[in-house]
Amino acid sequence: MSRLVIGPFNRVEGDLEVALDVADGRVRGAEVSASLYRGFENLLVGRDPLDALVLVPRICGICSVSQSAAAAAALAAAAGLVMPANGRLAQNLIHCCENLADHLTHFYCFFMPDFARDGYAGAPWHAGVAERFRAQRGSALADWLPARTDFLRVLGYLAGKWPHTLALQPGGTTRAITPTEKVRLAEVLREFRDFLETTLFADALEAFAALDSPAALAAWAEARDGDLARFVRVALALGLERVGRAGDRFLSFGAYAAAGGPLLPRGVWQDGAALALDPAAIVEDVSHAWLEDGAALPPAAGETRPLADPDAKPAAYSWCKAPRYAGRAVETGALARQLLAGQPLAASLVAAHGGSVLARVVARMSEVARLLPQMEQWLREIAPGEPFCAEWTAPQDAHGVGLVEAARGALGHWLTIERGRIAGYQIVAPTTWNFSPRDAAGQPGALEQALVGLPVGAGERNPPIVQHVVRSFDPCMVCTVH
Amino acid sequence: MKILWLQASGCGGCTQSLLGAESRRGVLARLAGGGVELVFHPALAEASGDEALALLAAAADGTLAFDALCVEGALLRGPNGSGRFHVLAGSGVPMIDWVRRLAARARHVLAIGSCTAYGGIAASGDNLLEACGLQFDGAEPGGLLGADFRAGSGLPVVNVAGCPIHADWVVDTLLALAAGAFAAGDLDALQRPRFYSEQLVHHGCPKNEFYEFKASAQKPSDLGCLMENLGCKGTQAHADCNVRPWYGVGSCLRGGFSCIACTEPGFEEPGHPFMATPKVAGIPIGLPLDMPKAWFVALAALSKSATPKRVRESATRDHPLPLPSTKKGPRP
Ligand code: SF4
Ligand code: SF4
Repeated sequence: MSRLVIGPFNRVEGDLEVALDVADGRVRGAEVSASLYRGFENLLVGRDPLDALVLVPRICGICSVSQSAAAAAALAAAAGLVMPANGRLAQNLIHCCENLADHLTHFYCFFMPDFARDGYAGAPWHAGVAERFRAQRGSALADWLPARTDFLRVLGYLAGKWPHTLALQPGGTTRAITPTEKVRLAEVLREFRDFLETTLFADALEAFAALDSPAALAAWAEARDGDLARFVRVALALGLERVGRAGDRFLSFGAYAAAGGPLLPRGVWQDGAALALDPAAIVEDVSHAWLEDGAALPPAAGETRPLADPDAKPAAYSWCKAPRYAGRAVETGALARQLLAGQPLAASLVAAHGGSVLARVVARMSEVARLLPQMEQWLREIAPGEPFCAEWTAPQDAHGVGLVEAARGALGHWLTIERGRIAGYQIVAPTTWNFSPRDAAGQPGALEQALVGLPVGAGERNPPIVQHVVRSFDPCMVCTVH
Repeated sequence: MKILWLQASGCGGCTQSLLGAESRRGVLARLAGGGVELVFHPALAEASGDEALALLAAAADGTLAFDALCVEGALLRGPNGSGRFHVLAGSGVPMIDWVRRLAARARHVLAIGSCTAYGGIAASGDNLLEACGLQFDGAEPGGLLGADFRAGSGLPVVNVAGCPIHADWVVDTLLALAAGAFAAGDLDALQRPRFYSEQLVHHGCPKNEFYEFKASAQKPSDLGCLMENLGCKGTQAHADCNVRPWYGVGSCLRGGFSCIACTEPGFEEPGHPFMATPKVAGIPIGLPLDMPKAWFVALAALSKSATPKRVRESATRDHPLPLPSTKKGPRP
C-alpha cells in the first residue's frame, strides 16, 4: 500500500488536500482534509441578530447570497415574519442568479480546464477541447466572462452589489424595482438566454430540459457543437458516467420559495425513492476534526471549539466536521435537487450507474436550463407598486432555522437569540456534507467514498481522474470551514 | 508583469468580484492586454497538486522570476503564533510562512481586499485566529510583514481595500503598476490607492436629495437617506462606489442598503449594530467627514423644516411619490 497526498487542489474554492491509499493500481481508501479554520460561528455570538446579515455572506464569496438567504430565513423564522410576494420573488431572482452563475463559473473556470491538460494530448478530442477550455487562455472564457458580467446585472439592479449584498432581509428585499427596471431586467435575462442557447447548449433551453434518458443525452451530444455537448462526448469517451459514485443517498433542503412550499422540493433520496426530510435527524460529529472532542450534536445545540494544538489529536485530519443524516453520510448538490424534483434524466443516469461525474455535471446544467425560464416567470410576476419588505421586530429570546440550497447543495443556519443578542449560531454547508471526514463509527464522507476504486497508474502523482471526481462535487472549502 | 496570487483566509469574494470586471472579452483578456499575466492564481491556475507546489517553491527560492505578489484573505497567525489554522494544502507549511518568503522576492506586494489589508472580518471579536493584514493590524501599521517592509520596488504593501473590492480598483491598480505609472505618492495614509480612496461613498449617492433634506428611511426598503437611522457610513467611508457602479448598474446605496464602510480598517467592529445609527441627543455621532459638525447640525435643522412633501413622504415608502403634474389645471 502506498500513500499519495494531493494538494493544493486549485480551481476549487479554498484549501483542500486529499490523501489516497493505493494498492494494486486502485484507491483503497481516501482521507479528505480541509486545512483552513475560520471560525465564523464563534464570532457571531454576542452580536446583534441583524449583524448576521453582514457577517455570514463573507463566509463565501462564491455563494454569498446563499449564506445571506439562510441567515435571513433563520432570522425570519425567529421573528415569525412572513415576506410579501414581491420580496419572495426578488429574493428568488437574486438567489437564482447567483446559483446559475456559480454553476457556469464552475463549468468554465474550474472543471473543464482539466480536460485540456497535456496528459490527454493524443486523445482524438483533445486539440479542440484544449483550444476551448485551457485554463485562463481558452477561447471559452472570452465568451463566458463577459456573459457572466452581463448576467450579474440582475444582482446589480436587485441587490446593489455582489458578492456581499445586504439586500436580502428577513422581511424581503431592500430594493423595490421600478417598471423601467423590470423592462431592463427582462432584457438581461433575454441576453443570457441567448448566450446559453448559442454557446453552452447550442439548443433551446426547453429542448435540453426535456431530455429524459442516457441514450437521449448521448444522441443529443452527438448532434451539436455547444460547450456542454463537447463535455458530454468527452465524458462518455472517458467512461465518466461510471466514475465517482458515492453512497447514492442524497439530501436537499428545498430551493426557491413559492406559495405552497419550495419550488424544488426538500427531501432525502434513498434506494431510488424520495423520503420526507426530518431536520431533527441531522447531527454533526467531530471525532476526526481538529476540534475538541464531544458527542455528535444536532446543530441547534452544536459547538465549535478549535484545538490549540491540533497535533494532540492523532485521529483528526481536517477542520471540517462530519454531518450525518439519520446516522448516514449523504451527498448534496444539484443532482440531489433534480432527483427529488423528479427530473427524468437525473433519475435515469443515477439508476444506470449511481451518482457519477457525468450525472453531477448534467444535473447542474439541467438546472440552468430549467431555472432561467423560471426566472423569466418570477420577473413577470413582480408587481411594481406593491411592497417588497415586511418590517422586522427583534425578538428577545428565540430560535430560528434557515434551510436553503446553495449551488453546491444543502446549506443550513441554526440561530439562537437570547436577551436580544445572538447566543448560538451553527452552520452546516454543502461541502461539509460532501467532503466530510470519517465519523466516530469510521464511516467515510461522500467524496471519500467516491474516490475508492479509482485507478491510479504506477508513478502517477496527480491522476486526472481524481481531479474530475473531486471537482464534480464543485467543492467550496471556505464554506466548509466557515 | 507576472503575478503570483495566493488566497489566505478569505472568502474568495475578491476574486469573484474581479472576474466580473466589465470588459468586451473578459477581465483576463483586459489584464493580458495591459501586460499583466497571472502566473499562478488558485482559482484559475491549470497547475494543481505537486505542480502547483513546485511552482510556488521555485518562486520562493528565486528560481522562478515574478513581479507582483497579490494576497487575498487575512493572514492567520494562530493558534499561538503557529500559523496552524491555515496550512497551504499539500505543503505542510503555514500560509503565513509562504507569504513571508514570497513577499521577500516580489517587486510589488498587493493586499487584495480588506481582510488582507487590515484583517477584516477574520479579526473581529476576540480574534482567536490572530488574524491580521499584510502590513496592518486593523488601523495599526505592522501586520504580518511589519511596518518597515518595502517590496523590491521600494513601495510598501499596496492595500486595495474593500470587502469585496470593486473589480476596477484591482484592475486599474495592476495596469498602472504594469505601466510604471504608480508611485508612493499615489497611496493614502492607509496605503490605499488614492484614485478611489480619496472620495466619499456619499459622493454621487442616489439618495442625495433625501440627505439634503434629512428625509430619512425608517426601515429597510424605504427610499430615504439611510444615515440617520439605518447605520449608513457613506459620508465617512473612503471609496467611489456611487460613481463606479457594480456590473454597470448597482451600488450598496442603489441597492437600498447602508454603506458599512467596508474599505476602512476595523469596519467589522463598528461598536454598534451595523444597521443602526448610534446617536447622542438625537444627532448621529458619525458625521460627514467633509463638513464641520456645527454646520451639519444647523443645516440639518434648517433643511428639515423646508423638506418638500414629495421628498418627506417618499422617504418612508419603497416606491416614490409621483412628481406633481407639469400641466396646468386639475390633476386626475
Ligand atoms: S475582503 Fe471580503 S470579499 Fe475579500 S476575501 Fe475578505 S471577506 Fe471575502
Ligand atoms: S458603499 Fe460602503 S459598504 Fe458598499 S462597497 Fe462601498 S465602501 Fe463598501
